Amino acid sequence: MISQLSWKIGGQQGEGVESTDRIFSTALNRLGYYLYGYRHFSSRIKGGHTNNKIRISTYPIRAISDDLDILVAFDQESIDLNAKELRTGGVIVADAKFNPVVPEGIDARLFAVPITKMAEELGTSLMKNMVASGASWALLGLPLEVFNKAVEEEFGRKGAAIVEKNIEAVKLGAEFVLEQAGGPLDEFKLGDADGQQKLFMIGNEAIGLGCIAAGCRLMSAYPITPASEIMEYLIKKLPALGGTVVQTEDEIAAVTMAIGANYAGVRTMTASAGPGLSLMMEAIGLAGMTETPLVIVDTQRGGPSTGLPTKQEQSDLNAMVYGTHGEIPKIVIAPASIEDCFYDMIEAFNLAEQYQVPVIVMTDLQLSLGKQSCEPFDFNSIQINRGKLVEEGPELEQHQLFKRYELTEDGVSPRILPGAKNGIHHVTGVEHDETGRPSESATNRLKMMDKRLHKLDDLFIREGLRVDAPNETPDLLIIGMGSTGGTIDQAREWLTNDGITTNHITIRQIHPFPTEQLLPHLQQAKKVVVIENNATAQLAGQIKMNAGFAEKIRNLLKYDGNPFLPSEVYKACKELD
Amino acid sequence: MATFKEFRNNVKPNWCPGCGDFSIQAAIQRAAANVGLEPEELAVISGIGCSGRISGYINAYGLHGIHGRALPIAQGVKLANRELTVIASGGDGDGFAIGMGHTVHAIRRNLNITYIVMDNQIYGLTKGQTSPRSAEGFKTKSTPEGSIESTLSPLEIALSAGATFVAQSFSSDLKQLTALIEAGIKHEGFSLINVFSPCVTFNKINTYDWFKENIVNLEQFPDYDPTNRVTAMNKIMETNGMLTGLIYQNTVRKSYEDMITGFRQEALAKQDLSLSEEHFAKLVAEFK
Repeated sequence: MISQLSWKIGGQQGEGVESTDRIFSTALNRLGYYLYGYRHFSSRIKGGHTNNKIRISTYPIRAISDDLDILVAFDQESIDLNAKELRTGGVIVADAKFNPVVPEGIDARLFAVPITKMAEELGTSLMKNMVASGASWALLGLPLEVFNKAVEEEFGRKGAAIVEKNIEAVKLGAEFVLEQAGGPLDEFKLGDADGQQKLFMIGNEAIGLGCIAAGCRLMSAYPITPASEIMEYLIKKLPALGGTVVQTEDEIAAVTMAIGANYAGVRTMTASAGPGLSLMMEAIGLAGMTETPLVIVDTQRGGPSTGLPTKQEQSDLNAMVYGTHGEIPKIVIAPASIEDCFYDMIEAFNLAEQYQVPVIVMTDLQLSLGKQSCEPFDFNSIQINRGKLVEEGPELEQHQLFKRYELTEDGVSPRILPGAKNGIHHVTGVEHDETGRPSESATNRLKMMDKRLHKLDDLFIREGLRVDAPNETPDLLIIGMGSTGGTIDQAREWLTNDGITTNHITIRQIHPFPTEQLLPHLQQAKKVVVIENNATAQLAGQIKMNAGFAEKIRNLLKYDGNPFLPSEVYKACKELD
Repeated sequence: MATFKEFRNNVKPNWCPGCGDFSIQAAIQRAAANVGLEPEELAVISGIGCSGRISGYINAYGLHGIHGRALPIAQGVKLANRELTVIASGGDGDGFAIGMGHTVHAIRRNLNITYIVMDNQIYGLTKGQTSPRSAEGFKTKSTPEGSIESTLSPLEIALSAGATFVAQSFSSDLKQLTALIEAGIKHEGFSLINVFSPCVTFNKINTYDWFKENIVNLEQFPDYDPTNRVTAMNKIMETNGMLTGLIYQNTVRKSYEDMITGFRQEALAKQDLSLSEEHFAKLVAEFK
């Protein structure tokens, strides 16, 4: 019995790779396995090699694996590109139609299944993905009825006949391969899963669900990879709650519409990736200046410009921290797991209203799109805090305005919504006085700048740092953010085996930087390595600038568009100077 | 019930004496009172430029945003609280240059808001550069040899973008302008009101006298049918865009808010934010 294995399906984009992966992993999730998915895709609709990889485990995992056990290939290209990942004795399930060949030097067992032929005999070649997945499922020796249930759910709305045909396709694939192999392969026999019901979703869905839990009822957004799933999820769910999603003409409209709606009292968000974030910068300044709550999700992808739109990167950090002209208070938080994606949205909306500032939630492509097992969300932990929102203002004299920007001890002023009695005030991006009226007075300017900029002085969010520090003086402190945490933990296991002691800190509060909380960890470590998917060490830059220790800090950077592999992190940590 | 005086505040506009914008401000205040609004029921969202300051000169809720983005902000306000009367306002540079993309799409979207453009055919606050509304050959600091770009016709664009209410007026004609703003507020959908508002400092061509000579008031045509889009387009072209009055109105098309599935009549902003445990469980079940 093994505790984990990796499965990959490859083919041409539009060939059913996505749906096969979906059904395969849904069935595994039902059995209680922990899953971690990775999508390799291109910025086009049909054609071009694409592959989905799932790591299946009996215990929690949050990283892709270096190697591969089973490769399902719809074409020779999928074999040629991916066979090198196969571990010795790995399996290839391929369509007999293209006379699959195992590349030279690869020790793998090939099952050439007449995938297309069987599908066509059932009526349509569209069903070849079912034949293929049936074959690979059978090799694992997993119960077929669970798989069939997932098939039923996928095709149920197309009618019983279609469901039946697809189940037949699964059966044909399974029977064929079992006959060839002489039964399920013992070396791929997975141990029992823990049987605990888990959720299985991508980060963008967790973000969407988190928004709903947070009371967000409007979203204005412009489609972009890899953020669009958030709007697609919310447009399905918000109408039942009285809200909606507006697909705007561009990201400037998206963010300013969100500002207008937040000003008028509805928790509203927008989501985008780097190019959209760049377009939003001026408006983010408006939100900061007018102290209007605003929540933006930036699902980072490869930059700059159009960059690598379907690839992993973490290179918008500086843009999020520094973007917009002038100086405003702003919060940047970085979820580091699917669970974080959910809870951090609730936190983001609360922070935005409590501090009356723009909040940017940064994810990266792998976190946004990688499908993963996820612990069930705790409904009772959902708390909504609207800060200093008042329903009605005090009795006002003629021409007297509500002090929307009243100078207070904590810098946060009472906020009132349009429509409220005795609440009329002005809102402007021009420097203004306590009632919002434009003012160029130097005294007022200083008071207002200080008021705004000191609002976040003591901010430290829930798990602003996620600390796993078993060692008092570790040989190595590994620091990361976003989706890299699981990969780092996998590498740490191997480092521990080699006698290298490590601590791991995930920085979740990117801005304002949690200097005070991070300092002791930096002090204790003999060496520090900061791992990030960008070329200019942006996170390390924040650490050095805020906390120092430049002499201790090393960088591990990857910016080729792919997530770190555990072995890369392990090797680099071993070889640190 | 509030009178127009209650829509006044004690801020002295920083517009030049004689600027057309003063009358537009007065017309908005009168129209708001005439349709029976209380000051807190009105939100004026404005852009950047001389005219953009208008939201600060009216006693109502107001947001003076960023250049060219009054419309998306105003649409956000309306979506959040459809019980408010929302007026977006700004200059021709704001709405037809930097914000043109939003203008076209706000027209298409047809939310129930009123957009008043204070059109002076020039950039005033930056002290005299050409605008998309400037005539060809118009000499400004940025076009010393005269503008070589064609003049934008916002009325034609509005009609072709599917506008449901298109009007034009002149700041000197307070009566017509007030009536058009009232009609725009009452219109169930997006209303565009372009208002000629002479810039007395930087535009020495399109002066009050020039407008008086060139304007064609639709009242001259008693048979004019503002529900006919074809004749509306023809009339705009025939008059070279110089017509004033209600040019086109479509009362059949529903507003965006009324077409959104599940969107409630009550202001979204007044809704409870919490989610029932049952509803949450249903959402979560999809990921099992």
